[in-house]
Amino acid sequence: MSTGVDTIQANYDAIDRPLESEMTLSMGPQHPSTHGVLRLELKLDGEMVVRAIPDIGYLHTGMEKLFEYKKYQQGIVITDRMDYLNPLGNNLAYVMAAEKLLGLEIPERAQVIRVLMCELQRIASHMVWFGTSCLDMGAMTPFWFTFKEREKILNIIESASGGRMTPSYFRIGGLMMDLPAGFENRVKQFLENFPDALETFDTLITGNPIWHNRTKGVGVISREDAIDWGLTGPCLRGNGVELDLRRHNPYSGYETYDFEIPTEPDGDVWSRFLVRMRELRESHKIVRQALERLKPGPTKADAPKVVLPDRDDMRKHMDSLIHHFLIVAEGFNVPEGEVYHAIEASKGELGVYMKSNGGPKPERVHFRGPSFVNLSALPTMAEGEMIADTVAIIGSLDIVLGEIDR
Amino acid sequence: MATSLQDFVEKIKAENAGWVLDVKDALGEVTITVPREAISDICVFLKEDQAFDMLADLCGSDRGPEDDPRFEVNYHLFSTHHYSRLRLKVLLSEDDATVPTVTNIWKTANWHERETYDLVGVIFDGHPDLRRILLPSDFDGHALRKDYPLRGYEPYSLN
Repeated sequence: MSTGVDTIQANYDAIDRPLESEMTLSMGPQHPSTHGVLRLELKLDGEMVVRAIPDIGYLHTGMEKLFEYKKYQQGIVITDRMDYLNPLGNNLAYVMAAEKLLGLEIPERAQVIRVLMCELQRIASHMVWFGTSCLDMGAMTPFWFTFKEREKILNIIESASGGRMTPSYFRIGGLMMDLPAGFENRVKQFLENFPDALETFDTLITGNPIWHNRTKGVGVISREDAIDWGLTGPCLRGNGVELDLRRHNPYSGYETYDFEIPTEPDGDVWSRFLVRMRELRESHKIVRQALERLKPGPTKADAPKVVLPDRDDMRKHMDSLIHHFLIVAEGFNVPEGEVYHAIEASKGELGVYMKSNGGPKPERVHFRGPSFVNLSALPTMAEGEMIADTVAIIGSLDIVLGEIDR
Repeated sequence: MATSLQDFVEKIKAENAGWVLDVKDALGEVTITVPREAISDICVFLKEDQAFDMLADLCGSDRGPEDDPRFEVNYHLFSTHHYSRLRLKVLLSEDDATVPTVTNIWKTANWHERETYDLVGVIFDGHPDLRRILLPSDFDGHALRKDYPLRGYEPYSLN
């Protein structure tokens, strides 16, 4: 974040000479279409963007520092607040990194529930992206429809975890608790109605000629550049690269689910839009499959020194009570080592680098947020475009500033 | 990767024996410790010859003021062709925490290196735009160092 006097002076200089064609415009951090608190320093020639310099850090809260002062299980709640549109994905990446260090085996039912919840969350995250990116370009109607669907998913997540935006549902070694009664019916009801909603979105936007004009050929990035800039997720698949960590570095049993990896060849806003729209259908498919696989069984790993015991057990067994006290008061020691675990979050590769020195607190936790990396490629896409298209490009990147600034 | 690890390391050593200081294979992940002078060369080799075309992540880490070498820089490489991962590690001492940049090899390294410089205080030699990225430009110290207090030296104000 540069609050340099030079920048401000340069801005004033540009305002002093309004009739010259070049000017510097500071877009954000309060601009509604910057999706949070992103500031863009735009050098303009008329209405064309000559240079775009993203300025981030307005939401920096030192989360990576905080992890070093919290026990492993306390870190889970911090991850909720990074990418707040995809908190379950963040939970998953964090707990899986810790589980890898501990060498824990997660029971089948917990794995299936993780997949189910993550895919629901992916749909919810894409709903926000779809609604807001349409809103950025002046289409207000889709926003109401998408947030209606998102609300249904948040209610489902709330019924299982108690939190809408901050579920912290996944714990090291399994889940917070088993699914509540009636959960499956709620998900079934959602699945039945969702294809109708998708059809509504297609009617509203996908076939809309104004939308085509605003998105086709805008914000193009080449395939080589996309890989060079480290783009992942729908942004990379919009360049025709078939890369999905659920398939290529599988985790939580994703390799056993039947789904396709949608790709589009053009690398523009339209391609990224289509990829996400098709992903919604794939996620719908995965949730349906996960629901069929839901068999009764344990939801926590058999590791009494790591996983909190059930309340009921604590009333009956002395050792459960002792374990509970030790986990809460002192935490658990994690063997020395380092891991980098990456999952396919709704926005791309979400990687967690975790290093342990053998104690109950991590020595270093680093989050590789997909938004952070995808945003760094924004100048490549925006330079040479119109200023109104910059808004469309930011929308197509689907960034969350909470994750970028951490 | 694990089965052919020996072959893989031999390949790198055949290219230049001085590139590999240490190889570790733990928890299903391979870590190669590299001398800092060689980091650019080995990255070019891995990108061009071994198809590690994506730099997934780059992060710094502080081992604490008592340790020497004090800082680590981790490069997490990924391949969009054979989908395997590799970690390169460079160790740096406190009085000379400088490492050559890899921005000329992967553009994505730009922001990662700026972040590492901002929070850990490692200097990336040859970086085109090594400014702070998350913290304000007049911030004092590097927040992710172990000797930096959790609540900072003094309350920070924008004035």
